[in-house]
Amino acid sequence: MLSVIGVTDISDLFKDIQPHHAPRSFDLPDGKSEFEVVEYLRGLAKKNAADLTLFVGGGYYDHYIPAVVPAMTSRGEFLTAYTPYQPECSQGTLQALYEYQSNICALTGMDASNASLYDGGTALYEAMMMAIRTTGRDRIVMDGGVSPIFRKMIRSYTDNLNIQFVEVEPSHGQSDRKRISRALDKNTAAMILQNPNFFGAIDDHSDIVQEAHEAGVLVIQSVYPIALGMLKPPGEIGVDIVTGEGQSLGLPLSFGGPYLGFMAVRKKLIRKMPGRIVGETVDTRGRRCFVNTLQAREQHIRREKATSNICTNVALCAVQATVYMSLLGRKGLQELAQLNLDKAEYMKGQLESVEGVEVKQGSPTFNEFTVALSVDAVEVISRMIDHGFAAGFPLSRYYPGMKNYMTIAVTEKRTKDEIDGYIHALKMVLAELKVSV
Amino acid sequence: MEVDVRDDLLYTKEHEWVSIADDGIATAGITDYAQTSLGDITYVELPMLEGEVEQFEQLASIESVKAASDVYAPLSGKIVEVNADLETDPDLLNKSCYELGWLAKIEISSDEEISKLMSADEYRSYLDNIE
Repeated sequence: MLSVIGVTDISDLFKDIQPHHAPRSFDLPDGKSEFEVVEYLRGLAKKNAADLTLFVGGGYYDHYIPAVVPAMTSRGEFLTAYTPYQPECSQGTLQALYEYQSNICALTGMDASNASLYDGGTALYEAMMMAIRTTGRDRIVMDGGVSPIFRKMIRSYTDNLNIQFVEVEPSHGQSDRKRISRALDKNTAAMILQNPNFFGAIDDHSDIVQEAHEAGVLVIQSVYPIALGMLKPPGEIGVDIVTGEGQSLGLPLSFGGPYLGFMAVRKKLIRKMPGRIVGETVDTRGRRCFVNTLQAREQHIRREKATSNICTNVALCAVQATVYMSLLGRKGLQELAQLNLDKAEYMKGQLESVEGVEVKQGSPTFNEFTVALSVDAVEVISRMIDHGFAAGFPLSRYYPGMKNYMTIAVTEKRTKDEIDGYIHALKMVLAELKVSV
Repeated sequence: MEVDVRDDLLYTKEHEWVSIADDGIATAGITDYAQTSLGDITYVELPMLEGEVEQFEQLASIESVKAASDVYAPLSGKIVEVNADLETDPDLLNKSCYELGWLAKIEISSDEEISKLMSADEYRSYLDNIE
């Protein structure tokens, strides 16, 4: 076969790979039995810090997942290797995705949702590309309060595209109005915001949304769906494209996912939206049914001019989120949001009594907020692990100037005992560190 | 079925028509042959006002129940007007492709490109050879 394709040795096929990138050897170890493999993997799994009490957020949150959610989602009709879309035989899947879209629209106050994207970061990237296609402009103004994880993802996607980025540093943890409005011009395709922002601050962006619209700029807002149980929906703020990470809607925390990206838009933008869309229609006998719709946007029809090269969604995760949202309902989501807020506020109050901790004030927060410590936050967090707590997210990981800062997230799962235990442990850790300085 | 080809228009091989007014403003659309082949048109994506287009490069795109197709500019120039009625009534392209279903008006940048277009008679024989 090698001589047919014109090479003499198998290594010729790999000669384009630089030697330092090539594997040192292809001598793989002998195969193992199932039992050995399971033992090996179990050993690796033990390295996970699974028993810590989580106060870490940063866009991914430790919410309770009711047993009915995995029970429904793992039914064989949903749990398939590849999402079936043929309307003749997949009405159940299509209806579930249609319900998902309806729920996302209700939650965000927008007109239309797609059937999901990979995760919050890719959804934000897709929204940005959508704005560029729609406006024919190539400049992006991004609030520095947008998750640095998402910003990094967007940058790596667009490294080789001709897109001009303006990132506006937040001022006192909030969107810097003056600098954002100075940055908006007639070449700007989109203004990207996040609410609550990465520091936890809640912001009603209505004023800058209006300014952006006057400049013909589309507004993209990344949101935290649980917070929408009590915040003003993006649709009311005037946002054009809403995206977000849907992990908090009934999906377990896991390193790398699979998570859920959601996206919802105003009606005028629906044909520019990437991803699948399920629509309601009637069959030849007039019965209500569901089909993939507006497929002319997608790559199997539009080829290189498609709205996106993503036709895939994360259907199973979307179904899981649908079960979760349906179970909670409008009232349940409101109560859940209130519970998160109340617990976070309780914790803030307790932290204020701890010497060496300053809770950053200035803007309202939801279930996550920023604190300044008297010492390096990474040091505090690593010592708190010994007390059984994942104490927070060290902001220095993405903001080099914020060595002593961390964010703390308090979900409905955190009990008063856990919060009080955290405060007690934190006092000890800070005292230890003070002595060692 | 008889295909409607108007004598007073110029044509492209991609089945666009254009008429050029004395003030140098060209009105462009798709031909009867094009609208029949596409079938029921469900959506038209119009060019951006003030945008520049190049001859035989993309001008607009049309979705029908059968396909999504690009429409090419018969002449280069600046878009000075688009037919906004098509946003709400894309089927004007099926009903009245030479009148109510025009797509865009282009302020043409060069008269030389006109020679690259077909007359009505040339377009008729071009169609005969297709069919």
